Order: sequence, then C-alpha cells, then structure tokens
Amino acid sequence: MDYTSAEMMTVTAARALENGMTCFVGIGLPSEAANLARLTHAPDVVLIYESGTLQTKPNVLPLSIGDGELAETALTTVSVPEMFRYWLQGGKIDVGFLGTAQIDRYCNLNTTLIGDYREPKVRLPGGGGAPEIATNAGEVFITLKHSKRAFVDRVDFVTTLGFGRDGKGRDGVPNIGKGPTRVITDLCVMKPDPETKELVVVSLHPGVSREDVIEATGWEIRFADTLESTPEPSARELEVLRELKDRTARAHAGA
Amino acid sequence: MAEFLSLRDAVARYVEDGATVAMEGFTHLIPFAAGHEVIRQKKRDLTLIRMTPDLVYDQMIGAGCARKVIFSWGGNPGVGSLHRLRDAVEKGWPHKVEILEHSHAAMACAFEAGAAGLPLAVLRGYVGSELPSVNDQIKFIECPFTGERLAAVPSVRPDVSIVHAQKADRAGNVLVEGIVGVQKEAVLAAKRSIVTVEEIVDDLRAEADYHPNACIIPGWAISAIAVAEKGSLPSYAHGYYPRNNAFYKEWDAIARDRDTFTRWIEENVMNAGGNA
Repeated sequence: MDYTSAEMMTVTAARALENGMTCFVGIGLPSEAANLARLTHAPDVVLIYESGTLQTKPNVLPLSIGDGELAETALTTVSVPEMFRYWLQGGKIDVGFLGTAQIDRYCNLNTTLIGDYREPKVRLPGGGGAPEIATNAGEVFITLKHSKRAFVDRVDFVTTLGFGRDGKGRDGVPNIGKGPTRVITDLCVMKPDPETKELVVVSLHPGVSREDVIEATGWEIRFADTLESTPEPSARELEVLRELKDRTARAHAGA
Repeated sequence: MAEFLSLRDAVARYVEDGATVAMEGFTHLIPFAAGHEVIRQKKRDLTLIRMTPDLVYDQMIGAGCARKVIFSWGGNPGVGSLHRLRDAVEKGWPHKVEILEHSHAAMACAFEAGAAGLPLAVLRGYVGSELPSVNDQIKFIECPFTGERLAAVPSVRPDVSIVHAQKADRAGNVLVEGIVGVQKEAVLAAKRSIVTVEEIVDDLRAEADYHPNACIIPGWAISAIAVAEKGSLPSYAHGYYPRNNAFYKEWDAIARDRDTFTRWIEENVMNAGGNA
C-alpha cells in the first residue's frame, strides 16, 4: 500500500502511545498522532489538552487548542490553572506529546525565536504549555519533520528542557520526569543514549538511508549498533488517518 | 455590584490610557467586541496581558493600542504567526512593543495568585528553560520545608480585566460554560472588570440548564456588564455559535500586509457600529 513519509511519521508516533496512558497533547502533529492512536490500537488512551479538556475524544482534529470539538467530546473541562496545577504539576500525566520548531542533540526544544532574543530574525509563538509539560510529565515524546532547519547543532533558545545544553540538565533535579524518551520524524526514530543523553537513531523508516538522515540533521548524528527498520503503516492505520484528515479538512473549510 | 452599561460606556469608563488590561479567553469566549471597542476609542499605551494573545490582540497591537504585551503563547492557533505582533516586535510598526514572556503554567498560576490576593505564585516550573534569562519577573526560591528549588512569578493584578461569557442575569451574575480558561481568575484578580455577554436573562437559577456546579461569577464581584451579541466571533461561544476557523486562516493573509490590515480595521472596526 502506498503511503507518504508524513503518514509514516504520524503512524509511528501514534504507535508510541500505549492504551490506557494519560497523554497531555500538543497541537499539530502530536494531536494528529494521539488521536490516531485513540482511533486504532489505544481506544482507552486519555487525551488531555491544555485548554482544560479532560479525556477528550474529538471526531475532527482541532485547529486550535480550544476548539469547541474538544470540550463537547470531553469527559469534563476544567479551568486552565487547574489543568496545569492539579493534573500536570500534580503528576497525573504519563506522557507529554510535543512538537517543536528547533531541536538539538540533547532534545532541547526551541519554540521562541530564531536569532537573538531582543532582535529576532523570526519570532515564533513561544513556550505555551511546553516548558512544564516537558518537566512535569512522566516522559516526553516529540514528533516533527526532519530537516537541517529543525535539527540544529545549537538551538537559538532553550524554551523547553530536553537534557540541557550539556546533557546533564535533569541530573539531581527532584520531582522531574524522565524527559524525552523518543523523537519520531518522517525519516526515523531516535532515542537518547542512556548515558550521555545524546540522540541516537534507533530505527530507519522503510526506504530511508543513513545518508538521508545525516543530510537532514545539523550535527553529526549517531546511529545505534543494531539499527532497526520501522514497521510500515497498516492498511487500517492509513484508512483511519486519511478519514480523520479528510473530515478535519471539511470541518475547517466551512465558516 | 455590577452595573449594566453599553460596551462603549464600559470601555470609556474603565479602560484608561496606560492601563494594564487583561482580556482573557483560552481560544473560547474571546472578547473580540470589547477589543474592537478599545481600538475604536483609540486607547493608547496599554499593557496587554493574556496567556494566548491571538487575533484580537494582533488587531489591537496593529492599531497602536499596546505598549507592552505579557503572554505565554503568541500565535494564530493552528495557522501560524501573529503578523502584527511580529511586525511590532521585530520592526517597531506602528511602534515598538515590549514583550514579557512566560509559560502557560506560570501565567495560570499568576492569575490564580492575583485572584487569591497573594503577591506571588509558586510553581514547579521553568526548570532548564532559558525564559528566566530574558524575563526578570521569573525568580527561583527555596521551599522552606523541603529545600526544593521552585519558580516564583509575581501575581497578575490588572487594572481592568475584560472577558466574554454566555449570559448574565438581572442581578449581574454571569454564567461561563465550556472551556472556562482563566476568565474567573482574571476577573477576580483585577481592580475593575467588564464582562460582555451574549444575552441577559431574568435569573440564572431559574434557567432550565442551571446547575449549582456551573461556573458562575457573582454580580457583586464584577464592575460592569455589557451585552455584546456574537461578541466573541470569530472565536466562539459554547452553546451559541461555533468558532469561525476559516476566518482564523484568512486572517493570516490580512495581517501579513500593513495596508491590507489597516484597510481591514477601517472597514470592520472603525466604521462598524458598536458591535463589530
């Protein structure tokens, strides 16, 4: 069955979520993956969005973090302070699922700006919920498209902690989650080295070569000794994903 | 006790030049009508506070109302940048706007602390983030009991908060439903508050859908109530009308260009009666 590299990425990201996990979902690619997981192998995954929607089951993907669809299909909605204080900071979230604009070898994320803070070349939206999702959730999954612009040797700004600029940013910090445990792109899956915390490619998607990944990464990327091949999307996964995206596009096209 | 005013009178009375203003609504119930009234009245030098400044703040910034923006996520959700915010920050058009940047968790806690009358909010936040290096309002303190290093930010105490809600009754009690965001905290944290509503009913408790656990802001905690029908479009009001996602996408092109933006404001805000 034919599929795109974007579909490969979403399906692989979805598979990272296990049934029954509680997941604090970022908008965009993470939201697409988390809902695909819910609609396929993980029907009891608990999806939580920072707008305050608890255990939501949207039929179409939200354009914004607070679309009516999220509230209408949620078990309940709570205030934003409650969401961050009780549910996230209170340690009730297994996985934070994030996207980013820039990432470095130690999984630090930049969603703040490109260039200098006071005189930015490109001003990005900012941290939003990510800085605390990344430290207060049990672990963090990250998904984004693979390119040299995104996978940089040095992020312009650490909005959100991966493992710090030296890989030791979580050492000795009490009450902090494990941090990023996997990064899923349209080319491969990466995991941090248990010792150094540097990202290592553990699985290549079908048809992707080491050179493709090297070419799209802004630092000298490492590969695991035993490199796996990511399983292809199943027909069912593709069907569910395409239907989800089609009805989402239809829903957002209307006024 | 809440006073019933027209939106024009409420904004004229409570939004002074130079004031610190919080207009909240977490993607839902965004007070667009009130923001447009602020633009029409040419308010200046405002410090605008909001977790998720979206289109209405983009419009106010582009129209020259803002001196400073305090926020935690400044984008057009699902679409991209706020071009007026970026133009003001990057190129100083229509004038330079200062920014003070937080995370959502910190701002939510800061509103809550403001509502609670506390000088600061404490949270397990900003660990490893470089935001504290560019925002001197983020400090770290030691827990006196455990020694844990915790983030502290000053509470938010706006001069005026403005929110939109579904309905108020004749006693000024306001019902907020759906995604409730930080609206209640914003109202209670502020010195003065304006709540715009879709409609006025006789008595909230006599409404068919009344529930004792509903989010109600009592009339005596609000300064002014103004009716603004469809007052949060293109955002939405749960139970009344859906979000106009198509307009959020259209805004990207409108806001990208200074002239197109200026024309849009002229046509849709300045020359549009009292309820645009």
